[in-house]
Amino acid sequence: MEDHISLLINNISVVYSDVIQVLKGVSLAIKKGQVVSLLGSNGAGKSTTLKAISGLLKPENGKVTEGFIEYDGVPVQNSSPEEITRKGIIQVLEGRQEFKYLTVEENLRVGTATRWGKPYQKDLELVYHYFPALLARKRSKAGYCSGGELQMLVIGRALMAHPMLLLLDEPSLGLAPILVKEIFQIIRRINHEQGTTLMVVEQNANMALQIANYGYVMENGKIVLESEAEELRENPDVKEFYLGTAASGALKSYKDVKSYKRRKRWL
Amino acid sequence: MEFFLQLLVNGLSLGFLYALSALGFVMIFKSSSVLNLAHGELLAIGAFMFLALSAWANLPIVLAFALTLAGTFALGFVVERLFLRPLIGESLIEVIMLTLGLGIMFKGLLLFIFGGDIHDYPKFLPEGLSLQLGAIQIPSVNVASFIIGIVFVILFGFFFKYSSQGIYMRSVADNQPAALSLGVHVRRVFALSWAIAFIVAAMSGIILGIINGINVHELSAIGLKVFPVVILGGLDSIGGAILGGVIIGLLETFTGGYISTSLREVIPYIVLILILMVRPYGLFGLVEIERV
Ligand SMILES: Nc1ncnc2c1ncn2[C@@H]1O[C@H](COP(=O)(O)OP(=O)(O)OP(=O)(O)O)[C@@H](O)[C@H]1O
Ligand SMILES: [Mg+2]
Repeated sequence: MEDHISLLINNISVVYSDVIQVLKGVSLAIKKGQVVSLLGSNGAGKSTTLKAISGLLKPENGKVTEGFIEYDGVPVQNSSPEEITRKGIIQVLEGRQEFKYLTVEENLRVGTATRWGKPYQKDLELVYHYFPALLARKRSKAGYCSGGELQMLVIGRALMAHPMLLLLDEPSLGLAPILVKEIFQIIRRINHEQGTTLMVVEQNANMALQIANYGYVMENGKIVLESEAEELRENPDVKEFYLGTAASGALKSYKDVKSYKRRKRWL
Repeated sequence: MEFFLQLLVNGLSLGFLYALSALGFVMIFKSSSVLNLAHGELLAIGAFMFLALSAWANLPIVLAFALTLAGTFALGFVVERLFLRPLIGESLIEVIMLTLGLGIMFKGLLLFIFGGDIHDYPKFLPEGLSLQLGAIQIPSVNVASFIIGIVFVILFGFFFKYSSQGIYMRSVADNQPAALSLGVHVRRVFALSWAIAFIVAAMSGIILGIINGINVHELSAIGLKVFPVVILGGLDSIGGAILGGVIIGLLETFTGGYISTSLREVIPYIVLILILMVRPYGLFGLVEIERV
């Protein structure tokens, strides 16, 4: 049903600096209330896809040159980030982009920028409810927080905006497995309890496919595989190259899974 | 001893003036990394706007003052919109050259309208404001500049620390892509920083005008004093700008009082060079938080 679609990307191409083509005809759809994950190795174009949605291509001199992106049935490709965030689409950037010299609580308050009247008291409580670790750190400068705290901070900061569609770029990057697990549990709770639609870009396919309803795999600027998450988990190629379990079922070392030294092309 | 105390008082009130005028400069630099070479002219614009409203239009002083603040604030937005915004995304050197051009244009306009003579405000400070502490006499202008300086510094401190707009401004200075990703209106923040710079510059222009009379050349030259002040304090530090201003103010008056008046104008620059040799990022420049 058309009206259940939150975001529709139709055959888009993205070009940086007028010459570097990164996405070559990407199409995907996200249903309201679902978690969709986008997998792929380094340089596949995952972050570029997210930035095409959130309008953050512009400051990097990138552009959607073909195709279109629709949010709630309205075209949004090449809109400015100010406009797109005000429609309720918030991207959490790759690599934990905190405001170093602001305290944890001030960082969270920046999340209210898109909201009328900039209310923050209630929303702070909600964020501390999901991420109690942040409460203890609320007055310290974000620059001195640990990686795990920062990942919580940047997700919490995005929650302050009351996003309808939250785009997470590699939330597991560089975190210990136990923390990754904790953060993904919270992401799942946010999806269930707040009804937030989520798109999660990950290299940690295992985690991402556990919380996702649907998944896409990207290679070289193209979607090469898509299906329901369970099906994707069972796919032999995904198993071997993204889940780190070969056909025999033996688990490869964590390092192999994480860095994707081996690459496989689907097309 | 009395002479010393008198110099101390004079130095502090001069220092607060420098601090106030440097605040506006630091604000623009922090949010958009632009060195505003037209800063001295901003002082002059504020001083002359107040002159026009108080002496020429004969408005009550308080009203003239409030209108000057509102007017320079609005002018800051207009200038940003007309001249700076089209250059967003261009290289920084072009923007800095533009501010140089803006300074020349403002100066030309002011000279055209007001001429190069020294003007005076009508007398309005109550004599009762002056203080007599033992043998030291603090004239009312100095008391007034002290009070205004402190009030504004505190107001700005609160604005940046607690208000949403202040926090957004700091977030843009800190990590612009992240601010954009949260929907912070970065261009609006740039505009606001120009508007605030215009206001604080106007404040210091008016106070300088009360003390020395209002003259285009003199006011725009004093604007150049922000360079030793902010480089001493660290280009990106508001607290540093205030301390830097006070230090330069004290240095000037003490040099003038004890050594020679002709050295007075030079000493800030000498100290500036010495400090830069030891601490190239200024005395209070932000220490990069490094992640290991
Ligand atoms: N601003 C830019 N200008 C030019 N090329 C860019 C720019 N940003 C990204 N690219 C190129 O686009 C390609 C895809 O980059 P992107 O960041 O989207 O990949 P990714 O899938 O997110 O990779 P990773 O997993 O490493 O984050 C890369 O080859 C990259 O070099
Ligand atoms: Mg990426």
